[in-house]
Amino acid sequence: MANKKSIDLTVNIGKLKLKNPVMTASGTFGYGDEYAEFVDLNKLGAIVVKGLSLKPKEGNPPPRIVETPAGMLNAIGLQNIGINNFIKKKLPFLRQFNTPVIVNFFGDSIAEYVRAAEKLSAADGVHALEMNISCPNKQAGWSIFGTDPKVTYKVVSEVRKAADKTLIVKLSPNVTDIGLMAKVAEDAGADAVSLINTLTGMAIDIKNRRPRLANIIGGLSGPAVRPVAIRMVWQCYKAVQIPVIGMGGIVSAEDAIEFILAGASAVAIGTANFISPKITEDIINGIESYMAEEDIKSIKALTGAVQC
Amino acid sequence: MNRLFQASVINNEKLVKDHYLLTLHPLEKIKKPKPGNFFMVAVNKGLDPLLRRPISIHRWLDGDFQLLYRVAGKGTSILSRNKPGDILEILGPLGRGFPLNIKSENIILVAGGLGIAPIFALAESLAGKNLSLFYGARTKTEVLCTRELNTIGVDPVISTDDGSLGGKDNIVNVLKRHVTRNPSLVTDHVLYACGPGPMLKALSMFAIKYKLKGHIALEQNMACGLGTCLGCVVKTSKGYKRVCKEGPVFSIEEIVW
Ligand SMILES: Cc1cc2nc3c(=O)[nH]c(=O)nc-3n(C[C@H](O)[C@H](O)[C@H](O)COP(=O)(O)OP(=O)(O)OC[C@H]3O[C@@H](n4cnc5c(N)ncnc54)[C@H](O)[C@@H]3O)c2cc1C
Ligand SMILES: Cc1cc2nc3c(=O)[nH]c(=O)nc-3n(C[C@H](O)[C@H](O)[C@H](O)COP(=O)(O)O)c2cc1C
Ligand code: FES
Repeated sequence: MANKKSIDLTVNIGKLKLKNPVMTASGTFGYGDEYAEFVDLNKLGAIVVKGLSLKPKEGNPPPRIVETPAGMLNAIGLQNIGINNFIKKKLPFLRQFNTPVIVNFFGDSIAEYVRAAEKLSAADGVHALEMNISCPNKQAGWSIFGTDPKVTYKVVSEVRKAADKTLIVKLSPNVTDIGLMAKVAEDAGADAVSLINTLTGMAIDIKNRRPRLANIIGGLSGPAVRPVAIRMVWQCYKAVQIPVIGMGGIVSAEDAIEFILAGASAVAIGTANFISPKITEDIINGIESYMAEEDIKSIKALTGAVQC
Repeated sequence: MNRLFQASVINNEKLVKDHYLLTLHPLEKIKKPKPGNFFMVAVNKGLDPLLRRPISIHRWLDGDFQLLYRVAGKGTSILSRNKPGDILEILGPLGRGFPLNIKSENIILVAGGLGIAPIFALAESLAGKNLSLFYGARTKTEVLCTRELNTIGVDPVISTDDGSLGGKDNIVNVLKRHVTRNPSLVTDHVLYACGPGPMLKALSMFAIKYKLKGHIALEQNMACGLGTCLGCVVKTSKGYKRVCKEGPVFSIEEIVW
């Protein structure tokens, strides 16, 4: 058994060096402050905050969430406080910690993405950007940016020009060929890709025959999506040279290791934060114990180590 | 004090069909909840159900505490099978409770169904003031806590949907009739209520019409309970607010129905 001290958990994502591969998934950890009571934020690999846009966004009418078997559907509608408020009110708190802050962001036009990226690039205390491309494009009849390879290439390459910080592209899983989308993001200049965002889904109340979400359609997350996410991470790992950040239904260290074996360099914990607010720390400790037991010196050696 | 704690079940008493009174002993010292605060209870360790279930503080017993709940589906059904000695993992107290620091000595409390769970906690905290409780339930057997209410000197006006106890009416109509007969009820009175959505809506319309000030405790599906997922919002005059964080107690005039 390896001595825990000699275990190397560090991973590299673009210019970032993370102390361990465990980060939070956007939208499930707020802006970090609510969780400081339960988790030592200094222990996390990175903190990924709720998706931000240039202007604050109100979001969808309720009900916005509904539980489904081993998962949940959400239609929050990207409610957020806006980039300026984030920089003014939330970033000072996050700067106290010795943990990289990754800001998830989106826009409804390419111009908005670019302006958001410029603002965030200039903000002290923002270490990397994660662009969410699973959102509707105003100029293209509200079709999703991340489902058309040409649009994806365009928006990512424009943002790349505006952002000198590490750029992660968060892929939409609601596509036929996820490997192709990862390759497009890589060609457009992304430093890493992250996946999966939620899978679109729907649930109906059979008593009143109405959709359970006011928005009718929502995004599925939680353990229910995990096998789909593992498959997609593996396909992306084979398609690109840049690091892949894996997420989708991780609730334990074992789940996280499954993603790493499939090809993830790092993982993000989402819905599981709702099950237990201290789960991120538990997962980090669990990965360390697994490595000690299996006598693995560096977590990097596990990435993509599945034998097919 | 940690808001994520374990508690052992002292008792999980079935009061009547589908209604349980759960008495818990926290294994460490916890923050004293205010009436209207709630806990997110993990009903099991598995993935089904996945999320914790929100339940209001019903009674604080000097460190131990009680939850009063109705079996509504899978989660509460699993909860009802807990036996003395079982350990539950709980998050809380959460949310903003009823404002207790009020000048008025005259209080109207309205509870619909399980709304009595937090309204009882509130009545206990406000004991000493002039409390009028209007309490509606589906049927006689589901009228709970009457003995405990009497001990704190509260004699509720009761109505049931089937008329098996009190008048056969909904409780908001009963309150309206009281106010018509006794208009002083709306001057210098403060209203507090908890119950099903349609009841709270009708009550709010009435309160606004009669310029009766007050607070209502709302429910919404929840995931985190901590204000991070933004899943539990309600529409207010100042935009969407989170039931778990800015609520569950809101002032009546604030809610947009
Ligand atoms: C702040 C707050 C305080 C509450 N206090 C009490 C209380 O003191 N006593 C009591 O009996 N009940 C209380 N409830 C309601 C209780 O949380 C639900 O009855 C319970 O979550 C149902 O879970 P279930 O798995 O048994 O039923 P399910 O089969 O999941 O659902 C049954 C019903 O409960 C609703 N529901 C499901 N999940 C949730 C959720 N996560 N949050 C809210 N509602 C949900 C569903 O929309 C459905 O109408 C409270 C709810 C809130 C939001
Ligand atoms: C309530 C909620 C809000 C989310 N908000 C965002 C968001 O703002 N931006 C984003 O890129 N992903 C968002 N996501 C997606 C998650 O970051 C993650 O990709 C997805 O939930 C899968 O991981 P999980 O199964 O571990 O939750 C959200 C997910 C949930 C459940
Ligand atoms: S339950 Fe998550 S914000 Fe209220």
